[in-house]
Amino acid sequence: MVLAPIVPSREQELRGLLASMNEGPGRVNPDNALIPFAKFENLHFARLLVLDDKTTGDMRVYGLRPKTYPLYLAFLGDIDGDEERFLEDLVKVAASGLRKIFACCEKFEPATEILSWMKERRKPSIANYVNWRGRTVRDVREEAMLQQAVEGYVQANYYLRKMSPREIHAKVRHFVDTEKAAERLRLSAKSPTPLGWWVRNLVHLLGLPLLVLILSPLIIVIAPFYIVRLRMLETTDPEVCPAVDQEYSEELSRAEDHYVTNQFSAMGSLKPGLLRLLTTIGVLSTVNYAARHIVRPGRLGRVRTIHFARWVFLDGTNRMIFCSNYDGSVESYMDDFINKTGFGLNAAFSNGIGYPRTNWLVLDGCADERKYVEYLRRHTLPTQVWYQAYPGLTSVDLERNWRIRKGVEASSLSDQELSEWVALL
Amino acid sequence: MSVFDYADVQGLVRFGYKKMTRASYALLRVKDPAMARAWLSSAPVTTAVEVRPPPATALQVALTAPGLEALGVPVSVLAEFSHEFRAGMAQESRSRQLGDVEANAPEYWLWGGPGRVPHLLVMFFGQPGPFATFVQTSQGPSWTDAFDPLELLETNDFGGVEPFGFTDGISQPEIDWNQSLKVPYTQFDYSNIVALGEFLLGYRNEYGKYTDRPLLDANDSTADLPAAEDIPGEKDLGRNGTYLVLRQLQQDVRLFWQFALQQSDGDPAQAEKLTAAMVGRNRAGDPLEPIQEQPIPGIQAKPGQKEQNRFTFEQDPSGSRCPFGAHIRRANPRNTDFPSRPRDGLAKLITMLGFGPNRFRDDLTSSVRFHRIVRRGREYGTRLTPEQALNPADSSNPECGLHFISLNANISRQFEFLQNAWINSTKFSGLTGESDPLLGNRVATPGCPVTSDFNVQSSARLQQRIAGMPQFIKVRGGAYFFMPGIRALRYLGQTPAAG
Repeated sequence: MVLAPIVPSREQELRGLLASMNEGPGRVNPDNALIPFAKFENLHFARLLVLDDKTTGDMRVYGLRPKTYPLYLAFLGDIDGDEERFLEDLVKVAASGLRKIFACCEKFEPATEILSWMKERRKPSIANYVNWRGRTVRDVREEAMLQQAVEGYVQANYYLRKMSPREIHAKVRHFVDTEKAAERLRLSAKSPTPLGWWVRNLVHLLGLPLLVLILSPLIIVIAPFYIVRLRMLETTDPEVCPAVDQEYSEELSRAEDHYVTNQFSAMGSLKPGLLRLLTTIGVLSTVNYAARHIVRPGRLGRVRTIHFARWVFLDGTNRMIFCSNYDGSVESYMDDFINKTGFGLNAAFSNGIGYPRTNWLVLDGCADERKYVEYLRRHTLPTQVWYQAYPGLTSVDLERNWRIRKGVEASSLSDQELSEWVALL
Repeated sequence: MSVFDYADVQGLVRFGYKKMTRASYALLRVKDPAMARAWLSSAPVTTAVEVRPPPATALQVALTAPGLEALGVPVSVLAEFSHEFRAGMAQESRSRQLGDVEANAPEYWLWGGPGRVPHLLVMFFGQPGPFATFVQTSQGPSWTDAFDPLELLETNDFGGVEPFGFTDGISQPEIDWNQSLKVPYTQFDYSNIVALGEFLLGYRNEYGKYTDRPLLDANDSTADLPAAEDIPGEKDLGRNGTYLVLRQLQQDVRLFWQFALQQSDGDPAQAEKLTAAMVGRNRAGDPLEPIQEQPIPGIQAKPGQKEQNRFTFEQDPSGSRCPFGAHIRRANPRNTDFPSRPRDGLAKLITMLGFGPNRFRDDLTSSVRFHRIVRRGREYGTRLTPEQALNPADSSNPECGLHFISLNANISRQFEFLQNAWINSTKFSGLTGESDPLLGNRVATPGCPVTSDFNVQSSARLQQRIAGMPQFIKVRGGAYFFMPGIRALRYLGQTPAAG
């Protein structure tokens, strides 16, 4: 994520530029003149948005004077491979467009070198979720083409209906081999993961448990005090969940549900105090760790509809932004969250000012559905530009296509596996 | 536990009034607010109290958000109704979610679209004998001065069969009137008993919480309103009321059966099989899933009637008996809070953390208990039987369809979710390229060029694909209404307090 304060007098110009990248609200032109997203073959999702936080006044419920923050422009992308390389490619392809956009931001002069300017404004996320680590845009596209080709083959050859799964598997494998030989299909081998990545991953894998281990005496001593204090705060922290302004809600809706996948961006201020800050860091570090090393591919707990998600601190640790790409409408997204992973949702978001009351950090909270929905909608930001590389494909579709590929590439499968594989076609 | 106050609830929440075979729905606009209020305050609205013998006629009333406004309900009160009710069904982004685009778009609706939004829905039910007189007397002398008619929706009794020829209305949630469910709870076995707060405002819902509704200060004008259960001292305008979703769905019966016949190479028996797969039941209403031995709470056939509802899809994880995309499987997946019953706390935790079952279709569908609706639809138009529709010598195709009615306390979580995430979704339950075989609009969306398939799964064989399904059902009108409790209705009939 690249983050830059907007020059107040140029906000409207910037909004105009962002709107010019769309065909209509919520529908980007992937080949737009400013940033032709479709040209980047390792870009899954991208978004540009103005971080217009309408909830900074909520500090008042703690008797604190609201801080004034600059209005930021945020530019986020979910990419394969190295971020630096991507930024270089970005500048190569879209220098003039980026220049126009960034010219509306502070400290960007006509002579500014775009790459280093962006690099200086990079904001690392504290937690990141990737639906399927290591699945590249190329994999997604190749596997989607495979699925299309196999589907076409199966539909065109009626006699396959009478065959057993084993016979169908052999036929499809043969078909795919032929198509590959004719270069109509391609299933690229995984590019080798750089050694540096493995080393960093190992350090990360061991790092957090090691840190917890080292700090464990301290944690044990602090825990009772922490729990008492947390319970105290949980009973006194004010809720701020008024019915969201109807016009605002409708503005958000205009950009939603144009595709089977949607974007979500929300921001807010953290509750004051060290305890809430430490809790946020602890919970999100755990989420990040689990997302990277523990969760099953394709799943975040029981939720199977999230492609990418990330949490980023803003203005030191005063504010937080959460961005995700998910399948279905916002209503079904909320449903998934509340009913399937409410505990995680509460732990991650209850440190934000005004969140519906939790108990023991993970209980209740979002189960007060009415308050939660208003809370969330109120903190949701309009996303001015949102790009997706493979519209129409849900994360479950991607998993199906991957399973089809895995079956095609397997020379021997058990009867059970064959039945399950044939059911995917 | 005290006996439930049925006298403050409009009867339609509890009864379908099946014996009253005549019904017509007047969609009105307020012409004279004072006279409209006067009519409301004295309208002989039928309550949910059970009387013996059952009444021969019934009257029900519901209002849209513009209708409440036209009656003089203050903006501050209106603002406490739910967002979706206030915005209305025909809002542009909502149309995308509901599938009301292209041929279904509100701009083509007979009513409910731009400039044609009703204020009031007045529903008359009756046995054929007293019906006409009942309509006359209920309207009373001030009717035409109080209201402008927008549309009169007539219904026709098809004998419990919807226009395509399938027995309808078999599955309804059992409302927990006496609030015996201890909400909130975790559900591991499918149950048909659903919290009262899912169907009436002012009571605890499946989350154990209260849904959006206006609460008013206690004063002289609100003295007769029920008190808010959760906030003592406030008066609850929503209590004992609910939201009513009305949609006029035009069904092309000839197209439906002719398409099935054509896909079955002209074999009527095969066409029956195909349409049963599309619905998930045969025409007589028997589900494709076997009736289970084990009882399901809240499901019990009436004495002398066949059990057609005691089943789930749990034993059919491959869709080989009832296709995943079948209408009844989309509309009510009959699942629970967990993909399978966890043996113990540890197994539950493992599932919660995402390390439970790992097959492709596991755990794809939301828990159904948060998405139930009470359906009170009625058929309209001239019936064309499947036999007539299949008869090559007969080419008639009279207009007919369903005035679909859904009652729910949370339009967005119940009706809209169901319509959007299940009925209309091309990605329901891991499917792709198909939406509801009956209701689907077959409209392509970016990246999903085909939405007109229907797949019939079978175990250890390739699924059979029906491609190029036409649109069988077209939306012709619709609106969201608030169907108040009796005391709330009388309150709305009062002269609005000055200031």
